[in-house]
Amino acid sequence: MTQSVVVQVGQCGNQVGCRFWDLALREHAAVNKKGIYDEALSSFFRNVDTRSGDNGPDIYKGKICSLKARALLIDMEEGVVNEILQGPLRDVFDSKQLITDVSGSGNNWAVGHKVYGCQYRENIVEKLRKAAEHCDCLQCFFIIHSMGGGTGSGLGTFVLNLLEEEFPEVYRFVTSVYPSGEDDVITSPYNSVLAMKELNEHADCVLPIENESLFEIVNKIHQMINSGKLGSTVKQNSLVTSSAGSAKILQEKPFDAMNNIVANLLLNLTSSARFEGSLNMDLNEISMNLVPFPRLHYLVSSLTPLYTLADVNVPSRRLDQMFSDAFSRDHQLIQADPKHSLYLACALLVRGNVQVSDMRRNIERLKPSLHFVSWNQEGWKTGLCSVPPVGHSHSLLALANNTCVKPTFIELKDRFMKLYKKKAHLHHYLQIDGMEQSCFSEAISSLSDLIEEYNELDAARGGPRIDPSRLKIAV
Amino acid sequence: MSIVTVQLGQCGNQIGHEVFSALCSDIRGTHGLCSKKENESYQESCKERFFSEEESGVPAARAVLVDMEPKVISQTLSTAARSGHWKYSSHSHFCQKQGSGNNWANGYCVHGPRHKEAIMELVQKEAEKCDRLGGFFTIMSMAGGTGSGLGAFVTQSLRDAFPTSFLLNHVIWPYGTGEVIVQNYNSVLTLSHLYHSSDALLVHENDVIHKICAQLMNIKQISFRDVNGVIAHQLGSVFQPTHAAGGGSGYSRNPLGDLLEALVPHPEFRLLGLRNIPQMAQSSLAFSTFSWPGLLKHLRQILIANAHMEEGIDWQVRPPQPGSSIPSTNKPLHFNTSIANLVVLRGKDVHSVDLGSFQDPSLYTSWLNPQDAFNAWKTPRAFNKYEKSAALVSNSQFLLKPLDSIVGKAWNMFASKAYLHQYTKFGIQEEDFLDCFTTLEQVISSYTNL
Repeated sequence: MTQSVVVQVGQCGNQVGCRFWDLALREHAAVNKKGIYDEALSSFFRNVDTRSGDNGPDIYKGKICSLKARALLIDMEEGVVNEILQGPLRDVFDSKQLITDVSGSGNNWAVGHKVYGCQYRENIVEKLRKAAEHCDCLQCFFIIHSMGGGTGSGLGTFVLNLLEEEFPEVYRFVTSVYPSGEDDVITSPYNSVLAMKELNEHADCVLPIENESLFEIVNKIHQMINSGKLGSTVKQNSLVTSSAGSAKILQEKPFDAMNNIVANLLLNLTSSARFEGSLNMDLNEISMNLVPFPRLHYLVSSLTPLYTLADVNVPSRRLDQMFSDAFSRDHQLIQADPKHSLYLACALLVRGNVQVSDMRRNIERLKPSLHFVSWNQEGWKTGLCSVPPVGHSHSLLALANNTCVKPTFIELKDRFMKLYKKKAHLHHYLQIDGMEQSCFSEAISSLSDLIEEYNELDAARGGPRIDPSRLKIAV
Repeated sequence: MSIVTVQLGQCGNQIGHEVFSALCSDIRGTHGLCSKKENESYQESCKERFFSEEESGVPAARAVLVDMEPKVISQTLSTAARSGHWKYSSHSHFCQKQGSGNNWANGYCVHGPRHKEAIMELVQKEAEKCDRLGGFFTIMSMAGGTGSGLGAFVTQSLRDAFPTSFLLNHVIWPYGTGEVIVQNYNSVLTLSHLYHSSDALLVHENDVIHKICAQLMNIKQISFRDVNGVIAHQLGSVFQPTHAAGGGSGYSRNPLGDLLEALVPHPEFRLLGLRNIPQMAQSSLAFSTFSWPGLLKHLRQILIANAHMEEGIDWQVRPPQPGSSIPSTNKPLHFNTSIANLVVLRGKDVHSVDLGSFQDPSLYTSWLNPQDAFNAWKTPRAFNKYEKSAALVSNSQFLLKPLDSIVGKAWNMFASKAYLHQYTKFGIQEEDFLDCFTTLEQVISSYTNL
């Protein structure tokens, strides 16, 4: 079995990361009743003998002693990381996994990438090496960050670069939170576009997330609960937004519900690599099947169901509803409608008591309403994992490589150009050592090229279907 | 003679487990509706063929388990051991930590050479345990990365290390609508490579087996376990012991050799399909009776009309009129021309069965004498609780359309160059793909022009 290391950068990255570790512990606690350190646990946690202090050796088998997250927490301000270290998760991280500073990046990608990058490079590499050494077989780095700020965006993408240089064989999955239109950070378009260039060039897979979508999902759930339709019959710990049953006992912070959704995304993404099933789907398979061309590696994700009712009897009708929901606009984690755009590839990872016939029935049912690119008409990657998430009897994660990401990128480009044309705030960036005008022009060019690739695919969509002629064999 | 099975990848290991499970449960079952002596002879023969004796007394499957990640093998080993009736030898498995990622090139170019020695050593050990080695049976899917890519490499290695042994590949063809997006690429690469090193490819298609589960077995929520169970039953109905065709009293000693001799007269034609009748839910078995003429009539029409099971057969399809020389383009539509067929009959009154309808020359191409084109194996010992059962292994146009479809879809994707960077990264270039397409177009052309 392989291991993964999570690198959480900046305020957003660390807040989401914190929810991830909390929910990961909850998930493993639910499955692992005997308290034995097993291979599934080892994918995200080390088992450390802390009797002689924090520097104890790793224990590879037997009872769980002290679980330590395979993580690196990076932030150029101390507030968020300090809070994590004082909270219920403090024992999950050891001080050697943290890199913090005091003054933050001032919402400036250049400060994060060039200044702090340079300053902390060696420190970061050393800590990454240490984390890698603790792994028997490191398969993947998960980076969690936001695009609109300075640290997550700038330093986060610096780390991405580093990972490619130092660990070229290890997959790089990036969970990026994109800024919304009404983002209160004025320079978020600059930061995002500068970061996009790095994502284009150095990430294996990117899972874009938009706060608006998370917010809408949270609201939808609140409405359902408060409308009295479900009332007390909803299983509290089944809410995709909930921290119930996890270590967190303090009052929930406003972003917690939204961040739990992203945490659940990562748990579901890795579930088939950690737990057994009749058709396993490992992380390297996700990258292999969903990335037909190197730069088109942006995957739109959706999670269903958002909650489970307490009466667990599951008629297949409810199961089918879960599949339908996965393709509906309001379950996507970015503002996009994959149903009306073009699919390059689609992956479905089902957890729980779902069999291949349920999967097939639903694919057959939904296929006619979806548009797939001509060279990938049956482009489905499927996985069946036997272990359901906490509080559910089954769940579905859909990952789509779909041209519906295009509007997000176009909007980003537009917002960037609005500022750039007036050269607004540019001096904050250009005054940083290593930053030049060309950084901006290259970045916007990279984004434009990406948009153009999606445009070409969309354009070819309506055209007549001419299958290329086959090789002729002399009889 | 014993057969060594090599289980490759998740699919290969899951199916392999079901096969040994089915074989074991069959020989442990009730007397099989024959004499005690017959039954004992059958059990001995099956044990020699598929299991080795261990000190613990629990028979160990003659198998090597290979996978690039540990979860499936670990499950397979423990499930077998829990049965209490059979198990896998404790040191017959090889696994790594990270899978092949559905990447044929990764399986073939990276994992293959890297682990060849270790895997072949396990195979050698298993082969040495056999008093007489009857050949190798590999189980793999062609859609993924390990079974397909590493499987192709291992097949080649087996051929190199055991040049005179029989080598039969059992290949699972994936559901048409995706289990894996790059499954058509992986399939084209696998089939073309196997064609060069294997003696024959025995094929099961997931879509077909799924239909059997849905329509004949009446299973509501079909799982891979159900699908694999049907596959195991079909394989068992061919490879459990039968009497030598010559009529000698003992069970035949060389099943793989006999099968290949019967069905593969020409190296260009190696694709074998499998059909089995009857197939039904265990619960309905007790209430059903069958007659040999009825079963064989259906089986023959399944062959001629290229049907998948005993329901939905097109009875309109007829063989071409005998006597007139008909160019292949004028043959009746949908008629399935055979090169050679093998029928395996098990159960009551087997020796009185009339198989003349299968020896009809109009079913076959003209190359072989009809007597040589058709073979039958029999045993009065019933299989897996079916009072009478008949299996058909056919070298015919059964797989022509599915093969053509897979090659077509792969070619379509190849023309757009999608996913190619994932393969070139590990050493499979565009020219390698072209070679494989050429090989398969040749096979398609050959089977079309029967």
